[in-house]
Amino acid sequence: MSAAQQLYQEMVVEHKRAPRHFGTLPAPTNEARGRNPQCGDDVQVQLRLQDGRVADVAFNGQGCAICIASASMMTEAVLGRDVEAARAMQQRFRAVLTGQAEPEGADLGKLVSLAGVCRYPSRIKCALLGWHALMHAIGETAEQPAPAPEVSAS
Amino acid sequence: MGDLLQTTTWSGTFPGLAQRVNGMALAYLDNAATTHMPLAVLDALRGFETTSRSNIHRGVHTLSQRATDDYEQARAGLKRFVGAGPAHELVFTSGTTEALNLVAYGLSDGAGGRAYLRPGDEIVASGLEHHANLVPWQQAARRSGATLRILRPDAEGQLHVDDLAGLLTPRTAIFAVTACANATGERPPYEELLALASEAGALTVLDAAQAVAHETPQLLALACDFMAFSGHKMYGPMGTGALAGRRKSLERLAPLRLGGDMVTWVTEQEAQFAEVPARLEGGTPNVAGAVGMAAAAAFIDGIGRGAIDAHLSSLRAHAVAGLSALPGVTVLAPDALRSAIVSFVADGAHPHDLGTLLDERGIAVRTGHHCAQPLLEHLGLGPTTRASFALYNTHDEVERLVAGVAQALEVLR
Repeated sequence: MSAAQQLYQEMVVEHKRAPRHFGTLPAPTNEARGRNPQCGDDVQVQLRLQDGRVADVAFNGQGCAICIASASMMTEAVLGRDVEAARAMQQRFRAVLTGQAEPEGADLGKLVSLAGVCRYPSRIKCALLGWHALMHAIGETAEQPAPAPEVSAS
Repeated sequence: MGDLLQTTTWSGTFPGLAQRVNGMALAYLDNAATTHMPLAVLDALRGFETTSRSNIHRGVHTLSQRATDDYEQARAGLKRFVGAGPAHELVFTSGTTEALNLVAYGLSDGAGGRAYLRPGDEIVASGLEHHANLVPWQQAARRSGATLRILRPDAEGQLHVDDLAGLLTPRTAIFAVTACANATGERPPYEELLALASEAGALTVLDAAQAVAHETPQLLALACDFMAFSGHKMYGPMGTGALAGRRKSLERLAPLRLGGDMVTWVTEQEAQFAEVPARLEGGTPNVAGAVGMAAAAAFIDGIGRGAIDAHLSSLRAHAVAGLSALPGVTVLAPDALRSAIVSFVADGAHPHDLGTLLDERGIAVRTGHHCAQPLLEHLGLGPTTRASFALYNTHDEVERLVAGVAQALEVLR
């Protein structure tokens, strides 16, 4: 399997074709938008937090397959989990993409299908965009990646 | 389809292209961003550095004289290349961006005197421009109290002379336009546009970055006060470029870089500026770069601009036909026959994903906004995928591009 085939494996493309929790929430408690002006990726993440737990989540916007698939898998990964678990997941995912941790043992679930992004430095920001918006939405300024996408809490 | 330029001639001529990427022969189709250098240019760079390297001007020793001669010969060669006459001059810059900044700053700052741009004046820039021919004008307008107006393209991304006629007023002080839009490949009727603006009394600015390597706008044939271009998009070194134009217009510019080499005498409190071009070239220039850029112009002329232009038009037409035939693919500016750029969008496939999948097959294209966000927004588009051709590209590479896009669409859809 070539590197690009590993990058665009079926799980990723399937989430890009039919992203989960795509849309808006009727009454979000938290939201933030992440933009990458270089490539036009633009993702808004909305949350309904209840007792420190992600009771509901949605995202909308546009982006490349890596960006959309990552945000889609993210919504599945954090729904119903508490905020601390979401934060920890973001840190593990980021560590794998930036080559600071091995995908094996990172407990990423489906998101492990995006581990190949670490071989494409110019695409790491695509995979992290939705996660940065999520961190902003829950009130945590994530560590800045290089280069940093524009993220604005709204 | 035969290649108009014999590709066998290039074997070994462009060492940077003779490599494999991801196991495939490199098909370098990102020439609108930067072209590769032929041996003739690499040899000229090495020749200068090994036999003439020294600082120019003022030196009385042999190497300094040799370097000065090389530098001024490069200037003369490039002036001939862009069809300059006795009333024209050429200033070396680090590239098109610096050249355009030099004009926009130089017309909006007085350097102690009166700036050319006055409050209430109007600057007209076309809507096809690279950010380098827009952002400096935004700042120039702010600095001077002038108003920036945009000559918008139609829904197809084309500029019209009649639309410019409707925008020009007695207060129009500057008109800026590209010779070829880097984001879409559109080739506007810049000859007529410049002539009309010039007749109306405006100073005219042409961004020739995307045209200089094949169409090579000729100053004597144009109503053009300032023409900016880059060395690295015409087979020359990166970090080189020029601002060419009418000497009288260049003399209007306040210098952007103050210091050595651009003055005639200096006291503790005052300085008198040197004549153009030295006035606009403060500090030690990139002398080897200028020499390399002139060698690139000689290389182009050795092959023949007409032959290069015809080859690039043929490659572009081939790519437009092949890509347009793919389902859900829309090519921008399909009728821009003299362009070397083909920019396109594909339903259900983001340019970044296409770019990564093409790279997997050794095909280098550029993806994104191409430093032209307002234009793509005006056309109702987001990022695009852009392939751009140079004289060393072949019809076989165009076929690989089309096949690569078709395969990427299968993966992504």
